[in-house]
Amino acid sequence: MSIQSEFFGKKMKNPILLASGIIGMTRGSLGMACENGCGGVISKSLTLEPRKGHEGPNIVETECGILNAMGYPNPGIEEGLREFAGWKREEALVISIVGKNAGEFAELAKKVELQKNRVSALEAVISCPHTPGYGTMVGQGTPESVSEITTAIKENCSLPLIIKLSPSVPGEVKAALAAEEAGADAINMGNSLGPGMKIDIHRKKPVLGFGIGGLSGLPIKPIAVRCVYDIYGAVKIPIIGTGGINAGVDAIEMMMAGAKWVSVGTAVYYRGQDVFAKIAKEMEVWMKLNGYSRLEEITGAAHEQI
Amino acid sequence: MNRYEILNQVYTNKVKTVIQENYRIKTIEIDHRMDCLPGQFLMVWIPGSGERPMSIGNADPLTISVANVGKVSGEIVNLVEGDRISYRGPFGNPFTIPKNAKKILCIGGGYGVVPMYFLARKAKEAGVNAIAVIGAKSENDIVWEKQLFVVCERVHITTDDGSKGKKGTVMIEVNELVEDVDAVYACGPEKMMAAVAKLCREKKKFCEVSIERIMKCGVGICGSCAINGKLCCMDGPVFTGEEALAMEEFGK
Repeated sequence: MSIQSEFFGKKMKNPILLASGIIGMTRGSLGMACENGCGGVISKSLTLEPRKGHEGPNIVETECGILNAMGYPNPGIEEGLREFAGWKREEALVISIVGKNAGEFAELAKKVELQKNRVSALEAVISCPHTPGYGTMVGQGTPESVSEITTAIKENCSLPLIIKLSPSVPGEVKAALAAEEAGADAINMGNSLGPGMKIDIHRKKPVLGFGIGGLSGLPIKPIAVRCVYDIYGAVKIPIIGTGGINAGVDAIEMMMAGAKWVSVGTAVYYRGQDVFAKIAKEMEVWMKLNGYSRLEEITGAAHEQI
Repeated sequence: MNRYEILNQVYTNKVKTVIQENYRIKTIEIDHRMDCLPGQFLMVWIPGSGERPMSIGNADPLTISVANVGKVSGEIVNLVEGDRISYRGPFGNPFTIPKNAKKILCIGGGYGVVPMYFLARKAKEAGVNAIAVIGAKSENDIVWEKQLFVVCERVHITTDDGSKGKKGTVMIEVNELVEDVDAVYACGPEKMMAAVAKLCREKKKFCEVSIERIMKCGVGICGSCAINGKLCCMDGPVFTGEEALAMEEFGK
């Protein structure tokens, strides 16, 4: 019995990735996530210029999950690549980039291409629900936009490309197909859902500094699972399932829907920084109990004809 | 009653007392007895303005001390008695007092004295004697001196300009005092804390310091406060002197 996986030619001790934007501001903190059990890490998303991000509060807990509006605080692509360049660990490192349009994505891809030595893949995020100029707020995620952005990146960077789609935009299957057709190597299906809002009834004001934010955590899992299920039936490229993975059984479910890998974020809040190791252990135990020996038997299992 | 458990709710309570400490620092006592420990912090929210981490100076009443240094802190210091204040917390790991400790040294630089008061007070309650060292730029920058006198055996003061106490850094006093204590705590500028941690390494004394970084979420998600592979909000803000000295960034 093994939960080993493979990530674009690289062995992974398990199929669990640290989701972008979680902890991963520095090489040290990405390394810490690896120490805590994940098989690979996705960096904080980098933009062309440094960004301060939204004014706080940047996160607020609700009765059902967490709302966040970070606003992509990051040191910019140059500084970010310098920070991540010295990656020496065996776990896969994915560099996440986010741009306002295809032109910006192309610029970012060019810069990553120059420093790709230790990088396993490039992830392009086109699905942030709460940052003006980016993601769903400017209509990224339509098949046309996905196709244009994917092409622009593939022309400028030879790394495997992961397109991170939103569960909040209808038509994720068409978007995934457009990404695949334009040359994407994988889909990361999932991001925070929304935007949503939490109002503090004592202060009569939205709590988040930006007013609105993306919902994450267990409550969004059914939507993420459905999205993964739908696109698995449509595309041939592998899928990262993202959204509400909190325990081993959540990862199993997401993989049965069609994910080859899962990415974990908000669960660090609910279960601690070592949540990756916990989920891995739980997956192993579950597989052993239920007679599975390899992850290949699980990915897409929900699609099998009986 | 919550229908579902929220781990970290936003509290809103009334400002009980506002004390003007000096030309830029105010102490705010909140009508709330919070279950919290010295070294922990709050994320204080001003609706429409922003949110900032604030060291806790006392649990009952919940107390913070705020320096007017920016947009959000500027609005916090403008609060008056009866106003409402909102916050999340307590967050972070507290200071720890070793079981066998009889006497501790609490070193506060600037408004780093705020958690040091809380620590000395808790120590006193537990039958542990505290000696305080306050370091400040000048006499006008010294805060919480009177409070420290109440909970400490002695309070030593150093100022950069010699306007009160001995002239120079806290190390003038700390070098003399360190031999007689079982544990040393410091909160303030990193250079000061690094000097304290190095001295404690040399003298083999238990040492904890409180490190400050920009914090956005406060709960270990965003990574804004990462310092050499540790998260200030979750792994800290209190670190042992050795942990701190192992961080490349510390004291720079």
